[in-house]
Amino acid sequence: MNISTSRRGFLQGAAATAAVLYVGARSDGALAASSDSTDLNPFVRIGADGHVTAIVKHFEMGQGPSTGLTTLIAEELGVTMDQIDYEFAPSNPQVYNNTLFGAFQGTGGSTAMANSYSQYRTAGAAAREMLIEAAAAEWGVDAAELDIVAGEITGAGQAAPLAGFVAAATALEAPAEPRLRTPEEWRLIGQDGAVRRKDTPVKINGSGVFAMDLQFDNQLVVVIARAPRRGATVAGFDASDAEGMNGFVMAQTLPDASGVAVYAETTWAAISARDMLAVEWDFSAAEDRSSDQIREELIAGVNGPSTYETRGDQSETAAAVDGAATVIDKTFYFPLLAHAPMEPLTCTIEPLDDGGVVLHDGAQFPTFGHMTLSQVLELPMEKVQVKTVLAGGSFGRRANPTADYNLECAMAFAMTDRTRPVKLVWTREDDIRRGYYRPAFAHRVRVGLDENGAIVGWDHRIAGQSIMKGTSMEQMAVHDGVDHSSVEGVADTPYAVPGMAVGLTDHAKATSVLWWRSVGHSHTAYVMESMIDMVAQETDADPLALRLSMLPGDTPAQTRMAGVLNRVADMTGWSDAPAEGRARGLAVHHSFGSFVAEVVEVSGGGDDPVKIEKVSAAVDCGVPVNPDVIRAQIEGGIGYGIGHVMRNRITLTDGEVDQYNFPDYEPLRITDIGAIEVDIIASMEAPTGVGEPGTPPSGPALANAIARAGSARVTELPMIDEVDFA
Amino acid sequence: MTRELKVNGETRTVEAEDGTPLLWVIRDELKMTGTKFGCGVAACGACTVHLDGAPVRSCQTYIEDVADSEIRTIEAMETDRIGTAVQQAWTELDVVQCGYCQSGQIMSAVGLLAENPKPSVEDIDGYMWGNACRCATYQRIRAGVLRASEILEG
Ligand code: FES
Ligand code: FES
Repeated sequence: MNISTSRRGFLQGAAATAAVLYVGARSDGALAASSDSTDLNPFVRIGADGHVTAIVKHFEMGQGPSTGLTTLIAEELGVTMDQIDYEFAPSNPQVYNNTLFGAFQGTGGSTAMANSYSQYRTAGAAAREMLIEAAAAEWGVDAAELDIVAGEITGAGQAAPLAGFVAAATALEAPAEPRLRTPEEWRLIGQDGAVRRKDTPVKINGSGVFAMDLQFDNQLVVVIARAPRRGATVAGFDASDAEGMNGFVMAQTLPDASGVAVYAETTWAAISARDMLAVEWDFSAAEDRSSDQIREELIAGVNGPSTYETRGDQSETAAAVDGAATVIDKTFYFPLLAHAPMEPLTCTIEPLDDGGVVLHDGAQFPTFGHMTLSQVLELPMEKVQVKTVLAGGSFGRRANPTADYNLECAMAFAMTDRTRPVKLVWTREDDIRRGYYRPAFAHRVRVGLDENGAIVGWDHRIAGQSIMKGTSMEQMAVHDGVDHSSVEGVADTPYAVPGMAVGLTDHAKATSVLWWRSVGHSHTAYVMESMIDMVAQETDADPLALRLSMLPGDTPAQTRMAGVLNRVADMTGWSDAPAEGRARGLAVHHSFGSFVAEVVEVSGGGDDPVKIEKVSAAVDCGVPVNPDVIRAQIEGGIGYGIGHVMRNRITLTDGEVDQYNFPDYEPLRITDIGAIEVDIIASMEAPTGVGEPGTPPSGPALANAIARAGSARVTELPMIDEVDFA
Repeated sequence: MTRELKVNGETRTVEAEDGTPLLWVIRDELKMTGTKFGCGVAACGACTVHLDGAPVRSCQTYIEDVADSEIRTIEAMETDRIGTAVQQAWTELDVVQCGYCQSGQIMSAVGLLAENPKPSVEDIDGYMWGNACRCATYQRIRAGVLRASEILEG
């Protein structure tokens, strides 16, 4: 496959054809329409032939925006899903910004649907009203009598395909406040079975183009020899064993001395030549901590007073717990984790004739890549384009404030004569060993109970490395010294917890860290839901009844959390004892605006290996725009969560990562989970996230099931150290 | 060196040294990018192709060993009886998420159904074990194979 990008870019190119209607947002955010895409940033384009294209501003890593945002346009406009296509928006942070993030374009925090729901619906509705107005004028009828159904404008005894009114509609102003269709009119939103994924066809026949698949004429492939320990620099290298290898072009030390870039004509030549390189490293500034040491420091961090008191009064609470009739005191530890998306990291920089460049990337935060290229290549922003292609998963890894792999590619490109496209390829080893990991965290929780088993104090201390501090996200995410992502899910729990104090101690930088599917919730939910189960066990309470008693309905969040608990209880027949030889664990969590309750059912336990027979989940994520996409995301989130708590960890020895590839960072396999069932609560609340919220409850639901099956109560992850899995 | 390969029913001439994995010949020389690179060490199945009808990991299959074999890739599945049934099942059940593993999943599923047209859930789990999906689409893959088997039965 050969791809060339015209200098004008794909949107400008499209605008050259006649009578095209674009509806989108002006740079001040106001709704606007035009026949020229350069006037605004469009959310929908309608061609003279009536062809409708949704312009999707969030990248597709499998979580479904190419289907979801397209559904919103199709619903409001009045076309079928077969009558609409999608394409990804180019990088333009002024207009395609994620409204929940502020001034940059990005996908993360499960926000795609939440922030686009009204924007895309409004754009679709405006296009509908403009086409109808054009038709009403031509037919001499009242616009109120017309609607668009399956691409046809109908009413007042008339019917004609919308294509015939595109030209006339381009002369009209966009309505300021178009009428949105009411839920009674919905044919697509929330309708089970009405929508199939738009991206399936190209993903089942090999034609879908991921960044790894881009092959430009005359491209150079670059792999980088990085130091075994992060922070080391290149002292020198010898490429003589690579010289003369077929396809080898050259090797160059990167300008920041973080590694040696190996350039070759093909991927295999680059990988092979890198193996022949002898690099001498300067380790004086290299990381040198070991995981054991990090663990000890984190545990020490939760055994004393916390640096920050993020909720309640720590010493008062500690005193209340000390005076309680019974104290449950547990320490938890969570290791570093890699994201390991299925497609290893890669991107390509393509030079243009005018001196500008195009970054081709499965770009999750195109704005960061855009700015990075502009700086490194010393090009004005308008000389840099970002073209987003399919991403083979991310789980947070491709959204990096340091734009690490874009930066490497830019440095490698800058060292060439800038005439050939440069494609940077990471191998799986690069991915596992040079990750931006989920930080390691320790929690210590002491819960005090009175003679009746009622909670009288909950002293919760957390220690870990901040994800946000020292990054461009700090201002947004850190308040009064507290990185909210370190305590989210505990400090803001919807549960009514009497006498709760939450303290946080930051841990000095141990390695490079990053958000990982569900961020802080990936450990906080595990602790909250394990502790509550231990309270239930200690007090002989039913785990469901205890949780419901802590959700009295004083807030909407408590009501919705109780709602998913009751639903999952119904799904699993919770009130009846589990079948012979089975045990069940329950957990619930609120994250990214959504509520998910899960029950894991296991067989075995005690002296027998544990087998995960079934996971049931109930989710409340507001209006379920595409129910089946939601189910798929919850299923995937469960698998991702369970696979990692079962057996994954990244460890360091003297600063060097011990793992290399999937054999020692073993992914969840098809054999690991018997079945998953997902139920969605009907809701008219605004839609909230689904990409991440399935993950947090899955680990503790499994831990609770394992404990009830007569195996260990696991408080240090991964579980494989203490649990034998079938 | 120059060699001939039989790929998807055609004879193709490629330039590759001994020791080059078939994966990179397919992707970089033949420019057929449906076959994916996931790990390079036969641990994920993203690179699965068929050699004389049987699924193999092309990242650990060397070019000098396939001169006499009929190689088939995901690009040939749209004209394959079992391949189209699997694709139809994958579409009906919306199996894919990011999609990066799915070429390999489909090649393995076709291999399984060719050997065993009526697989049980245990047969599917056993056969598909080596195909990792980081998006964890496993239960839809399982259902997809069962559905494809049904479609093939007619
Ligand atoms: S790339 Fe061949 S098995 Fe992973
Ligand atoms: S669909 Fe993403 S790895 Fe399988």
